[in-house]
Parts: sequence; C-alpha cells; structure tokens
Amino acid sequence: MATAASTDIMPETTFHHAWDNSRITLEPKIEVSDLNFYYGANLVLQDINLSVPGNQVTALIGPSGCGKTTFLRTLNRMYETMRNTRVTGKILLDGEDVFSIDVTQLRRRVGMVFQKPNPFPKSVFENVAYGLRINSRLRGGVLADAVERSLRRAVLWEEVKDKLHESAYSLSGGQQQRLCIARALAVNPEVLLLDEPCSALDPIATAKIEDLLFLLKSQCTIVIVTHNMQQAARVADYTGFFLLGKLVEFDRTETIFKKPSRKETEDYITGRFG
Amino acid sequence: MSARRSWRKLVNAVMFFITGLCAAAAVFILLFILGYLVYFGGRSLNWSFLTELPKPVGESGGGMANAIVGTGKLLLLAALIGVPIGLLGGIYTAEFSGRIAAWLVRYTADLLSGVPSIVIGIFAYTLVVIPMRHFSILAGGIALGIMVIPATIRSTDQFLRSVPSTLREGALALGVSYWRAVATVVLPAALRGVITGSILALARVAGETAPLLFTAFSNRYWSPGWSQPTASLPVMIYTYAISPYDDWRRQAWAAALILLLLMLAINITVRYLLSSGKRMHS
Repeated sequence: MATAASTDIMPETTFHHAWDNSRITLEPKIEVSDLNFYYGANLVLQDINLSVPGNQVTALIGPSGCGKTTFLRTLNRMYETMRNTRVTGKILLDGEDVFSIDVTQLRRRVGMVFQKPNPFPKSVFENVAYGLRINSRLRGGVLADAVERSLRRAVLWEEVKDKLHESAYSLSGGQQQRLCIARALAVNPEVLLLDEPCSALDPIATAKIEDLLFLLKSQCTIVIVTHNMQQAARVADYTGFFLLGKLVEFDRTETIFKKPSRKETEDYITGRFG
Repeated sequence: MSARRSWRKLVNAVMFFITGLCAAAAVFILLFILGYLVYFGGRSLNWSFLTELPKPVGESGGGMANAIVGTGKLLLLAALIGVPIGLLGGIYTAEFSGRIAAWLVRYTADLLSGVPSIVIGIFAYTLVVIPMRHFSILAGGIALGIMVIPATIRSTDQFLRSVPSTLREGALALGVSYWRAVATVVLPAALRGVITGSILALARVAGETAPLLFTAFSNRYWSPGWSQPTASLPVMIYTYAISPYDDWRRQAWAAALILLLLMLAINITVRYLLSSGKRMHS
C-alpha cells in the first residue's frame, strides 16, 4: 500500500494515484504531482501528490505550520505575492498546467476566501460587484441582478438586501465572511479555496458557512483548510492530513476518521498530538 | 526604603515640572506669534489691501492683490508639478519596487527634503531662469514643485503601506492585475491619507521665500500668463518688512496674516477631509 512518506523512494510512474484511487471514482478537478515548495532555503512542502475530486468538498487538516495553507496558496498561485518562494512540480487544473495559465485567468477560475474576513472598504453592493465590473464589464440592471444572485448563493441576500449601499464593515464578522464568499462566487469560479474561513467566527456563523459549503459543491469544487477536525468531518467528502510539510494521508473523510491507514493520522485525529 | 521612595517622588515631580514648562513655553511662543500677527496684521488689513495693486514708492495705501493671486498661481503650479510625481513615485515605492529600490527612493526623498530651500532656488534658476533669460512664475512653480515631491512621496508611501495586505490579496484572488488592485482597492483605502499628505506638503511650501527670490522674483503689477515674474506673499513680506516706510511695514504685517489664514484654511480643509468619509473605513 502506497503512502505519502514512502513516495520519495517510489518510482515516478506510480506517484499519481498513490491514494488508492479505485475508491475515488470522480473526475479529478485538480491534480498535483511531485509538488515541492521552498521558502528561501526551507523546504516547506515536500513531494505532495494529490487529486482533488470535482464538485466535492475536500478538507485539508493538520497541526499549525504543517504547510496546509501554503499548499492551498499554490493552487491559485497566491504564494507569488510573497518574496523568496519557489515551487517545483506540477499542478493541473482540468489537465491544464496552472503555471502556464495567465495568473489573472487562473485566479478567476480558482477563487479564494481568507482566514479573516477582508471586505473592501466599499459598500456591500460594490464588494460583490467588484470582480464583475473588472472581469465581465457588466453594468446597470444586469450587474444588480448578478450581485443579487451572488448574494443569494452565499445565503446572505435576505440579511443585507436593505443595506446594500452601506459600508461592508457595518456587517457582523460572519456576514462579512459570507460577503467575501459572495464576492468570490460572483466571478463564477470553478474551484473555491477557503483558508480557515471560520477561525474568526462564532459557532452560529460557522454553522451557516458550513451549510453554505454543502449547497455550493454542486456548483464548484471546494477545498477548505481547517484547524477544526470536527469541521472537516462535518463538511468534507475527502480529507487530506498534512504533517511537517508532507501529505501523510488522503482519503474519503469517513475512512480518515474511522480507520486511517497511517499511525500519525490516527494519533492526530484521536488527539494524541497537534 | 522610604528615602528611596521620596527620592523617586521628587524625580517624578521635577520631571513633571520640566516637561510641563517646556510644553507651556512652546504653546506660549506660538500663541504669542499668532496674537502679534492678528493684532498688527488685523489693524492694517482692509479691503483695498485685498483688491488693489501696490502704490508707487512714496504714496501710501494700495494693496497686494497681485501677490495674493501670485501665491495662488505658484501653489497651483507646484501642485501640478510636485503632486503627480510624488504620488506616482510613492505608489511605486510602496507597491511595485524591490527592497533596494524602495530604500533608495526613501533615502533620496529624505535627503531632498533636507536640502536648503535656497539651493532648490538656485537649481530652478539654473534650470529655467537662465535659459529663459528672465524670472517667471514657471521658474517659481518648478522650485516649489520640487520641494513638494519628497514629502508627497513619503506620505503616499507610508499611507499605502498601512493598508492591510489582506485587502491586496482579496483583490488579487479575484483575478485582478496588480496595478488594478492597487488602483481600485489599495489606493482608495488610503486616499484620505494620501490627499492629506499632499495638501500638507503644499501648505509647507506656501510660506517659502528663499526659492522664490531669484525664480519668481517679484512684480509691482499683475503678472499675466506664466512666463512673467510675479509678486508672492512671502517675498512681499520680506521686501516690505525691511523697507524704511511705515506704511509698507504695516502692509507686511497684513500680508503675514493673510498667509497665516491661508495655512489655517488648508489645515481645516485637511481636518475635514480626514473626518468625513470615515464611514466606509472603520
């Protein structure tokens, strides 16, 4: 049985579906192979091989500093905003090499929601309209309809329809985070990356976002990084466990939580460390 | 133990007294200057001072309408020349440059703002006055514009860098190019600060005299267009204050008061800009 820890000594040809892909029957949306990430001279991610199934929720768990956020940021090349970083390996989005796609095109297809809600200092409406104005040059009524549609998709419309022209900062933290999701959804991404989207939110706001993810997966592929194992268990169809820059195990969420094949995974999940 | 404690108390009291005294001295000096200006300037200020040209030497009365307009035109030129360069240079420094280039720009800007203003005047003299063969508003505006650049660069740079990087990332993650992210999210978020910094830089050069002495020079008449020498408030204050005529010296006080009111108006505008439009930001 292949495992991540052993991939470095395995011949290249067997890398790709190291994770018993016979059980993953779905079409992979993103395929990552031999991914290494360097920050300066430090190797932050090592030999990551992973297929993210389409129209499913994939959770990435692991202790702080294990590289899961860094991994997420390679998928839309957000790491490029940091100096001194270097990536080797391959990431395919629908079979296309993400490093050869124009980065602005890539980020339109692969949206991202951040750890702390980061609405722009503009009105609620303008926040959602931002990507639409720039990417699709919509105007007037068509734009307003698109904004409403995005806010409905993020299940925020009913709460903000009467204050569309107030500052986004007047919303609560949970509402701001759903506004950021609406803003990302407005440009119709194929993949939505979420980097610990609930870490700054209370349980009720968290539950709303989790419900939302369930609704959204029919429309796009979701990859969520989370500190919270219960959250991974609740929302994810697939879960990957990162440790010290390596992907230790990737499988159906049930399998990861009920009978993980690796000792480290079991130790982490049962709370023996991390 | 108790000796130590009373010693500490004594030091505390002494320091409180000394720092308080210095603060009071600073406030007193400023209030004294203000009071003096308002008292003497106010007495000599009248309608004809604001609307009339200077009278020929020997006649009393007349005003400085040409100098007021001249200062306005000089500041307009300084803004047109200095603010765009400072603003775009600041944007480059904060958003686009590498570490070394940013350091170089900041260091140069700090050096430039420390250059004595008369040296800037000589520079503008060499650059504009000598080729044109005469003094002009243009030369004065260029001299003041150069002095506006470093302060505008520094304040723009500083306010842009204070915009949280999460906002930049939010825009970039939507597939927006870096320049558009800066122009549509980062710059608007910092806009009030950036505008404030530019206006304060202009206010600071409004009272400069030395760089105007041999660039804009002075003029006892209106100065049409941009290529003639012009009167300006600071140079008029200088000329009139050292003159032997009582009436001129009175008018110098009035001119100083007008210059002060101009600064006050600019500062109030800035305060207003800072307080309004806060709604979207916090």
